[in-house]
Amino acid sequence: MPDLRDLIDISAWNFRTGPLPERQASRADWERVGDALERGSVTLLGLWAGAGCVRLALFASGTRHVGLLSYRTDDSFPSLGRHCAAAQRPERAIRDLYGLVPEGAPDMRPWLDHGRWRMEQPLGTPRPAPPAEPYRFLTAEGDSLHQVPVGPVHAGIIEPGHFRFTAQGETVVRLEERLGYVHKGIEGLMRGVSLDRGAAIAGRTSGDSTVAYAWAFAQAVEAALAMAVPPRALHLRALMAELERLANHLGDIGAICNDAAFAMMLAQCGALRETVLRAADAAFGHRLMRDRIVPGGVAQDLSPEGAAEIRAVMADIGRRFPALVELYDNTASLLDRTVGTGRLAPDLAAAFGAGGFVGRASGRDFDTRRALPYAPYDALTFDVPVRNDGDVNARIWIRIEEVRQSLGLIAQIVDTLPGGEVRTDANLPGSARSGLGLVEGFRGDVLVWVALDPDGQISACHLRDPSWFQWPLLEAVIEGNIIADFPLCNKSFNCSYSGHDL
Amino acid sequence: MLRFLLEGLLRHPLCEPLPPSEAALANELAGAARRRLGRSLAIRAVDAGSCNGCELELHALNNPYYDIERFGIRFVASPRHADLLLVTGPVTHNMREALERTYSAVPDPKWVVALGDCALDGGCFAGSYAVVGGVASVIPVDLHIPGCPPPPAAILSALVRLLA
Ligand code: SF4
Repeated sequence: MPDLRDLIDISAWNFRTGPLPERQASRADWERVGDALERGSVTLLGLWAGAGCVRLALFASGTRHVGLLSYRTDDSFPSLGRHCAAAQRPERAIRDLYGLVPEGAPDMRPWLDHGRWRMEQPLGTPRPAPPAEPYRFLTAEGDSLHQVPVGPVHAGIIEPGHFRFTAQGETVVRLEERLGYVHKGIEGLMRGVSLDRGAAIAGRTSGDSTVAYAWAFAQAVEAALAMAVPPRALHLRALMAELERLANHLGDIGAICNDAAFAMMLAQCGALRETVLRAADAAFGHRLMRDRIVPGGVAQDLSPEGAAEIRAVMADIGRRFPALVELYDNTASLLDRTVGTGRLAPDLAAAFGAGGFVGRASGRDFDTRRALPYAPYDALTFDVPVRNDGDVNARIWIRIEEVRQSLGLIAQIVDTLPGGEVRTDANLPGSARSGLGLVEGFRGDVLVWVALDPDGQISACHLRDPSWFQWPLLEAVIEGNIIADFPLCNKSFNCSYSGHDL
Repeated sequence: MLRFLLEGLLRHPLCEPLPPSEAALANELAGAARRRLGRSLAIRAVDAGSCNGCELELHALNNPYYDIERFGIRFVASPRHADLLLVTGPVTHNMREALERTYSAVPDPKWVVALGDCALDGGCFAGSYAVVGGVASVIPVDLHIPGCPPPPAAILSALVRLLA
C-alpha cells in the first residue's frame, strides 16, 4: 500500500510557526495522492492553481499532519477528480481561471466561468473568449419527470445561485447546483497588493465569516513571516471568532425553524443574535467585527467596559437559550419536519472531507481548533460535539451544542485575557515566502494560503471556503426528499455562495 | 410554547423607536416616493455579487428590535410585487443579466436603492475582470445607503424616510 507519510509530513506546530517549504510533486506522487484519496486514507484540504503550477493541500487524520504539494505544469495535470469527487469542482474552477486542464477529469464543463468575463482563463494567460455555449445540465431519465429551475434570484433575501430540480411528483430525483454567480475574482484582486489591502479583501470573502477569514489570512501571513503575535491579540481574536460563531448559530437555528414555518423560533433567536452583534459593536466597534483582525495582531483593543458588556450579554443568553432549546425539542410539528430530513451519510461526509456542523452531524470528528490546534485554543477547554444521524435535526443539535461551547469559551477567554500589546508590526520577508492559515469558522475550516514577494506584497493568495466540500453534498442529501423540504435542507447546510464563488 | 406567548403579551416589545435621521439623506426622493406609494413599500432584494454581509443586516431588519414591517415596509418574493429594488454588492458580470431582468420585471413607478459600499462603485472589488462596477453602472439608482455593511438602523431610517 502506498504510504503518503513522505508527502504529508507537516505538523500543525510547523506550519503555524513558520513559512511553508514548497514540495514539488512528481507525476507519480500525484497519482499516489489520487489513490490515497480514493481509498479515503487522506482528506483533501484544498486544490488550487498558481503561475505554472497546481497546488494541493492534504490532511492525514491518523498523524494529524498536513501536506502541501505543488505540481509544475503549463498546460495540464492528472485529474484527482477521477479518484475523489471532492476534487471535481476545484479542478473545474482551475481550468476556468487558469486554463490548466485536468487530464481525464470526469466533468469538463465550466464552473465559475459563465462565458461573461469577455476573456478566458483570466488568471492564467488571458485570451478573448469564444461565444459562450449553453450550460449542459446533467440529465435524469424516467417516467413523468419534470424539471423545476430555481434562481439565480431567489424569493428571499439570500445569495444568488441556480438550482435545477428534477422531480417525480413531489420527490426530488436529482438536484444540480450551478454556482459562480457572485464570482468577484478575489484571487486576481489579491495579486500585488499590500498586506493591509489583502486583509480587507480576505475579510470580505464571505461576510458571515469575516472574522474567520481575516484570522486565517493573518495566520498565513504570520506563518510566512515567522511572526510572533502578542498573546492578548490571540485571545481577542478567539473572542471575536466565538462571538461570530455564536451569532451565526443563533441566527441560523432560528432561520432553519422558520423554514419549517415555525416563525416564533426565528423571532426569539433573532433577538438573541441581535444582542450578540450589539455586544460586538460595543466591544470592537463593528457589528460583524470586520477589519478588526490584521496581520500582526488586532486593530483595536478591548476596553474593560467592552469586556463587561460581553460578559453581561453572554450571561443573558445563557439564561434565555435553554428555554429555546426546550421549545425546539418539545414542538412535535417542528421535529416532524427536521427529523429524518436531508440525511447525509457518514461515508459521504468523510469522502468529501465536509467540515463544520455538516461533517460533525454525520460522524466526521474534525474541528480545526482540535485537530490542527492553534493558540489560544490549545489552552482553552471545550468539547467538539459529534453525531451520526446526519439529518436536519442532527445539524441543529450540533449547532445548539456549539452555542453552549462558545458561551463557555467566551467566558474563559474574557476571564483569562492576558495584558500587554495587541499588535506587532510585520517585518519585511526579504525573500519570497509562503504560509498557510487554517481557522475553524462557524461553517467549518477556512484555509488561506498566501505567497509574499521579497518586499512584503502579496504575490498570490488562495482562500478556500468550507462550502466547497459541503455544496456537493447538499445535492446528495435532497435526493428522495420532497421539493418543499429543500429550503429546510439548504438552510441546515447554509453554505456560502460568496465564499465558494470567490 | 405557552410561556413564550404569555411572555410576548406581558413583556414590553423589543422594537425600538426610529433612530435619528442621518441628515437629509433622501429628502427630494422622499416627496416623490410618498406621493406614489402612500405608506407602504414593497421591497425586492437582489444580491448582485455581495459578500453576504449586507444580506445579514437586511435580515436583521426583520428581527424584533427593528421590526421593519411596523412601518409598512416588507420584503416581497417577486419583483412583480415590488415598488423598490434593493441591490447589494458590486455587480458581477455573472449576475448582470439577472439584475437587469429583475429590474425590468418591477412594474413602474419603481425605485432602486443601492445598499453598501460595494453597490456604490464596486468597493474593494472594483477593477476585477469579473466585476462590472457599482449598481448604477447597470441600472439607474435613486438612493445609495453607505456602509460595509450599513447597520440596520441606518437602512431602516433611510427607507422610512422614503415614506415619511
Ligand atoms: S458593502 Fe461590505 S458588507 Fe456589503 S457586500 Fe460589500 S463588502 Fe460585503
